[in-house]
Amino acid sequence: MSQAPTLPRGPARNRFLVVLGDILARPSGAIGLALVSAHLILAIIGPAIVPYDFTEMNAAAMLAKPSSAHWLGNDHLGRDQLSRVLLGGREAILVTSIATPLAVLWGGLVGVFFGLAGGRLDEVLMRIVDAFLSLPWILKMLVLIVTFGTGTEVLIPTLGFFYGIPVIRIARAATHDVVARDFVQAARARGHGRLTIIWRELLPNVRDALFVEGAMRWSWMLLAFSSLSFLGFGVSPPTPDWGLMIADARGFMSFSPMGVLAPMVCLSSLIIGINLTADALAKALGLDRARKAPV
Amino acid sequence: MLSMLLRRLGLGAITVWLVSLIIFAGVEMLPGDACTAFLEREAKGQLLENCRIELNLNRPAAARYLDWAGHALQGDLGVSANGQRPIAELVGFRLRNTVLLASGAMLFGIPLAIFLGIIAALRRDKPLDIAISTVAISAMTIPEFVSATLFILIFSVWLGWVPGIVLVSADAPISAFFPVIFLPIGVLTLVMTAHILRTVRSSVIETLASDYAQMATLKGVPFWRIVFRHVLPNALLPTINVVALTVAWLLGGVVVIETVFNYPGLGRMMIDSISDRDLPVTQAIALIIASVYVGVNLLADILTMLANPRLRTLHLRKG
Repeated sequence: MSQAPTLPRGPARNRFLVVLGDILARPSGAIGLALVSAHLILAIIGPAIVPYDFTEMNAAAMLAKPSSAHWLGNDHLGRDQLSRVLLGGREAILVTSIATPLAVLWGGLVGVFFGLAGGRLDEVLMRIVDAFLSLPWILKMLVLIVTFGTGTEVLIPTLGFFYGIPVIRIARAATHDVVARDFVQAARARGHGRLTIIWRELLPNVRDALFVEGAMRWSWMLLAFSSLSFLGFGVSPPTPDWGLMIADARGFMSFSPMGVLAPMVCLSSLIIGINLTADALAKALGLDRARKAPV
Repeated sequence: MLSMLLRRLGLGAITVWLVSLIIFAGVEMLPGDACTAFLEREAKGQLLENCRIELNLNRPAAARYLDWAGHALQGDLGVSANGQRPIAELVGFRLRNTVLLASGAMLFGIPLAIFLGIIAALRRDKPLDIAISTVAISAMTIPEFVSATLFILIFSVWLGWVPGIVLVSADAPISAFFPVIFLPIGVLTLVMTAHILRTVRSSVIETLASDYAQMATLKGVPFWRIVFRHVLPNALLPTINVVALTVAWLLGGVVVIETVFNYPGLGRMMIDSISDRDLPVTQAIALIIASVYVGVNLLADILTMLANPRLRTLHLRKG
């Protein structure tokens, strides 16, 4: 886990600005960060700027074409499409932006701890992690959702739990790179306890890898969340959600393609934005994830 | 070599065993059981009791796990709770259909990915590479249901080339799936190609920069010969593992695509079985998918070992 040579190891705040500057200096990073910021701002101010009530139905305007009153037309219940699209990301962003830090936190701590401990216990844990990873994500999610229901209070811990499991692997691998280095040996020789070593020597060094991993997890979580909504296991109507909107509008595609196109563009731009930012962040931190496998 | 293979096999077997435990525990967690789901409102008193005795649900969980795992080892996956038909029979056709879909995507996707990956690497940072890489990243990151819906909108609603929905029953002969199967295959190919070509590209770039490739250039070896003789054999090695991981993804990601296209495969059956609480079927499908995942990864490891002399003798050098 080598640091990029150009980055000075200054005080934390300074380094944050350096990394941010590095991300913005790359065209892909600047575009990505702009997309993500726009979506975050929209999610916060959305309710204040939407032209119509997102639940207001109008039988006369069912599947109406875009007009000056309704810029993106109306959906199959005559609701204003623009208002629903503008609000459609709030639930997804809310759930995933709480679940992502959760996943990185618990996966990262467990990974670092077992990476340091090593031995039999570590072997057993990795087998369990492998077993979890060999099940498709959708199966794991669905079993929990069918058990506990589909509310936000179920989705956040469920996503946080399952998406933390691959983080264990990343954190463990990053820890293995650091553990053999001199300063960890020195800390051991000084007689520091395990927790002190984790807190003072390991975490600062695996932190970068966890940040990048967290950014990637966020985009995968959004993907999972919207797929669940699309399949009918996520957000329940009438809450506007892009995945659910695409599922609803799918049957009317030939009359009103805008119904699927608008939420698709929104969802895709957010996910692509996160990915571009994550890539730029990885490069700015001097971590190469070009060779990393999907999953 | 042999001991390494055996070790891998052993680890794979342990993983599958753990998966079976997780699946069983997960299904145990679900409220109600196959009987309450099957009998619905009538699920009370003697009727429920009889059903539980019939399906052996009144025995302790550990005994039922051993029973289930033992039968699964012999290929007997039990009986579906709803239809009372053997699961092996139900799953058989679905598995065939999903394999048909996946192998179609691999047939197009793998050669296309290697071809485009090499082109992108050789034209590194030129407009062509940027175009290929941008499309690949978009295809990888956009949710499958979005690309699938977009495909339906473009190719079946606007262009009218193929129907957007598969209306074939699960046990229809393979020929009945043409030409409707081309659209789901197209979506799968798109995503799969994107994943693989990214690896091929970075791997070719890395190998081109290696000492022996530089050496060959300095010796005056023609460019195409360097690419095909010196670079490709080495550059394609990491591809094997990515193909394995992608195939594994294919089996999970196919769930969403099958639902969008109404394709009668294993993935849609899994969603249906979870919604219907048909626990024996859910367990069977999960076990099949996990076994395929472990198996494909094992196969990739072995192939990489066979193809790479350095890995073949790794244990000798380590001592």
